[in-house]
Amino acid sequence: MAVKMIRDVIRDTIDEEMARDDSVIMLGEDIVGGNGSAGGPEAIGGIWGTSGGLWAKYGPDRVIDTPISESAIIGAAAGAALTGKRAIAEIMFADFIGVCMDQIWNQVAKFRYMFGGKSKCPITIRMPYGGGYNAAPQHSQSIHQFVTAMPGLKVVMPSTPADTKGLLAAAIRDDDPVIFLEHKFLYAVKGEVPDGDFILPFGHARQVTQGDDITILATGMMVGMAEKAARTLAQDGIGCDLLDLRTTSPLDEEAILDSVERTGRLLTVDEAPPRCSFATDLSALVAQKAFASLRAPIEMVTPPHSPVPFARELEAAYLPSPEKIMAKAVQIMSYRRG
Amino acid sequence: MQLSREALIRAYRQMKTIRMFEERLHDEIALGEIAGFTHLYAGQEACAVGVCEHLDPTDYIISTHRGHGHCIAKGCDVIAMMKEIYGSSEGLCEGKSGSMHIADVGVGMLGANGIVGAGAPIAVGAGITAKSNGTVSICFSGDGACNQGTTFEAMNMAVVLKLPVIFVFENNHYSEHTGEAYAVGAESMTARSAAFGMKAIKANGIDFFDVYQAMGELIEYCKAGNGPASIELDCERFYGHFEGDPQRYRGDGELDRIREERDCLKTFRTKVTEAKLLEGAELDTVDSEVADLIDRAVAQSKTATRPTAEDVTTNVYISY
Ligand SMILES: Cc1ncc(C[n+]2csc(CCOP(=O)(O)OP(=O)(O)O)c2C)c(N)n1
Ligand SMILES: [Mg+2]
Repeated sequence: MAVKMIRDVIRDTIDEEMARDDSVIMLGEDIVGGNGSAGGPEAIGGIWGTSGGLWAKYGPDRVIDTPISESAIIGAAAGAALTGKRAIAEIMFADFIGVCMDQIWNQVAKFRYMFGGKSKCPITIRMPYGGGYNAAPQHSQSIHQFVTAMPGLKVVMPSTPADTKGLLAAAIRDDDPVIFLEHKFLYAVKGEVPDGDFILPFGHARQVTQGDDITILATGMMVGMAEKAARTLAQDGIGCDLLDLRTTSPLDEEAILDSVERTGRLLTVDEAPPRCSFATDLSALVAQKAFASLRAPIEMVTPPHSPVPFARELEAAYLPSPEKIMAKAVQIMSYRRG
Repeated sequence: MQLSREALIRAYRQMKTIRMFEERLHDEIALGEIAGFTHLYAGQEACAVGVCEHLDPTDYIISTHRGHGHCIAKGCDVIAMMKEIYGSSEGLCEGKSGSMHIADVGVGMLGANGIVGAGAPIAVGAGITAKSNGTVSICFSGDGACNQGTTFEAMNMAVVLKLPVIFVFENNHYSEHTGEAYAVGAESMTARSAAFGMKAIKANGIDFFDVYQAMGELIEYCKAGNGPASIELDCERFYGHFEGDPQRYRGDGELDRIREERDCLKTFRTKVTEAKLLEGAELDTVDSEVADLIDRAVAQSKTATRPTAEDVTTNVYISY
C-alpha cells in the first residue's frame, strides 16, 4: 500500500496500463504541454497534473497533445478504438462535453449496438467536473446525469484514491466506452492505494457508514460531504447507511434496495440540479421497487435549478454541504404520517 | 489615417486603462482577494483598442476567456466590471459571471466566453443583425480558438451569407501551454481564412496605428457588402495563461524580452511623442487619471454589496 493523491493515482494507473498494453494511447489538450514552445514538450503534463512524465516515457505516438478541438479528440479516440487501439481521451473540463456531444452520444455510445454487436470501442473519456472553485457557469458543472441517461455508456464517479485506481484500470481494460468523471476538488485528496494489479468491477457500491435509520446515496465529491454528515448524525443517534455508488451506470440496484428495505428512508445527495437528474432517477427506482418499505417521503439534497453562479456566497449557497445533508436527514427523521 | 489629438488621447487612455486594470488584478489576485479563474489581457491592448476605436455601440463584438480588454475597449463600465470580478451583486452581471463571462449587450459587447471557439458562430448571428443595420460584427479569437470546429463553421457560413463579420485572430503564440507552431496546422491563420474565401490580412498587434489602419479598411470593405474578412494580429501576452500559471513553456528571458521590446503602450508613447503629436506630459496626465479610476474601482469593489442566497435563482425563468 502506498499513500497517494488522486491526481497521482490517475497518472500512475495510466502509466501502468500503458506499460502493460502497447495498444493504450492517450489524447487531450495540454496533456503534454509546451509543444511548439521555447520551453519544449512536457512543460506541464496536463493542467491537472494527471499525465506528467507519460510523454517522455511513451512518446508522441501514444501520448498525443491535440489542438483545441474536442469533437476531433473524441472522434479520433473513437476511430482509434474501433480499429484496435485502447484510447484514453481527456476533456479538460467536463463542461466542454457540449462541444463534442455528437461524438459521444451519436457515435461512441451507439457503435456496438448499431453495428450488431460486431465492434468494440475501448475508450475511456476522462472529464474533470464539479464546483467549489468559483469557476462560474461554464467551468463548474456536473454532467453525470446526461451521460447516465445515454444507453451505451458506462459512467464512473470515484471518490477515493483506491477506488480511482481500481475503477480507472477497469475502465481502460473495458471493451466498451466509459465516461470517467474526476471531481476537481478530489485531485489533492490522499489515501492508501493497493500496489500492483487492482481492478474494481463496475456496478458495486461501497458501504461507507452503516446505520438503520436512513439510506444516503452519493457519488464522487458528494460522498465525503455525506460521510461527514453521517458521522455527526451518528453522534445524535441517527444511523446513516451511506452508500458510495461508484458507478452510475451500471447501477448497484441490489445494494440500494437492500439498504432501503432495512432503513425505510432515502436521502439522495447530488451535485447536479434537481430536475431529470440522477437524484430523481434513484428516487424513482426506490419508489417503484421499495415502496412498501418506505416510512417517510424520499428527499434529495441538490443545488437549485440554476446554472452554477460565480460569486463565493452564491456558489456556497448553490452547492450541497454537510450541513444541508444533516438538516434534510433530521427533517426525514421527524416525519410522522398524518 | 490621421487621428485628432482627442482621438489619440482617447486611444491611449483606453489602452492604459486595460493595462492598469490587469496589473491591479494581478496584485489583488496574489492577495487572495478574487475568486475563480482570471486570464489577463495585458500586452494585447493595441489589438482590442485598435479594433474598437472604430466601433459604435450599435456594432457588435464577441470576446473570449481573456475578455477584460475587449470589454473596456468596447465601452463597458470599468467600475462595474471590477465589481463583477469581485463577485458583487453591483457588478456588471450581478456576480453571476465573474471574469470569464462579463458582458454588456447594451454597448454591443456580447460577452467574454468560457468556451473556446463558442464566440464565432454567435458573431455570425450578430452579423445577420449588423447586415440589416449597416453595422459590423467582430469576433475576437485566439490562435488556439482558431482550431475549433465552431470557428471553421462560422467562417464558412459568414462567407456563404456574405455577412459583415470580421474574425480578429489575436495571435499571442500560445494556447494555454502549447505553442502556435505546434497547434495551428496551416501556414498561418491568414492563409487559412483566405482559403475559406474571405479577405484576409495580417497586422502588427504591438502597434496601435497598424491595427487601427488595417481595421479601418476592413470595416469599410465589410460595410460595402463584400462579405466577411479576417485579420491576424501578431501580439504578446504579458502574464501567464491564467493567474497562477508557472509558464514553464516560455524560453529563458522570453518574458523580459517581450515586455521590453514588444510593449504596445511603450510603442505608442514613443511614436506619438517622436512625431510630436502629443507631449509626454499629456500622457502622464492620462496615466494618473487612469490610476485614480482603477483605485476607485478596487476600493468600491471591496465594499460593494455582496449577493445573498436568494440571488442564486434569479434570471433562470423558473426555479425549483
Ligand atoms: C471548448 C474549450 N476547450 C478548452 C478550453 C480550455 N482553454 C481555455 S483558454 C484555452 C487556450 C485558448 O488559446 P487562445 O485561443 O490562443 O487564446 P489565449 O488564451 O491565447 O488568449 C484553453 C485550451 C476551454 N475553455 N474551452
Ligand atoms: Mg493564444
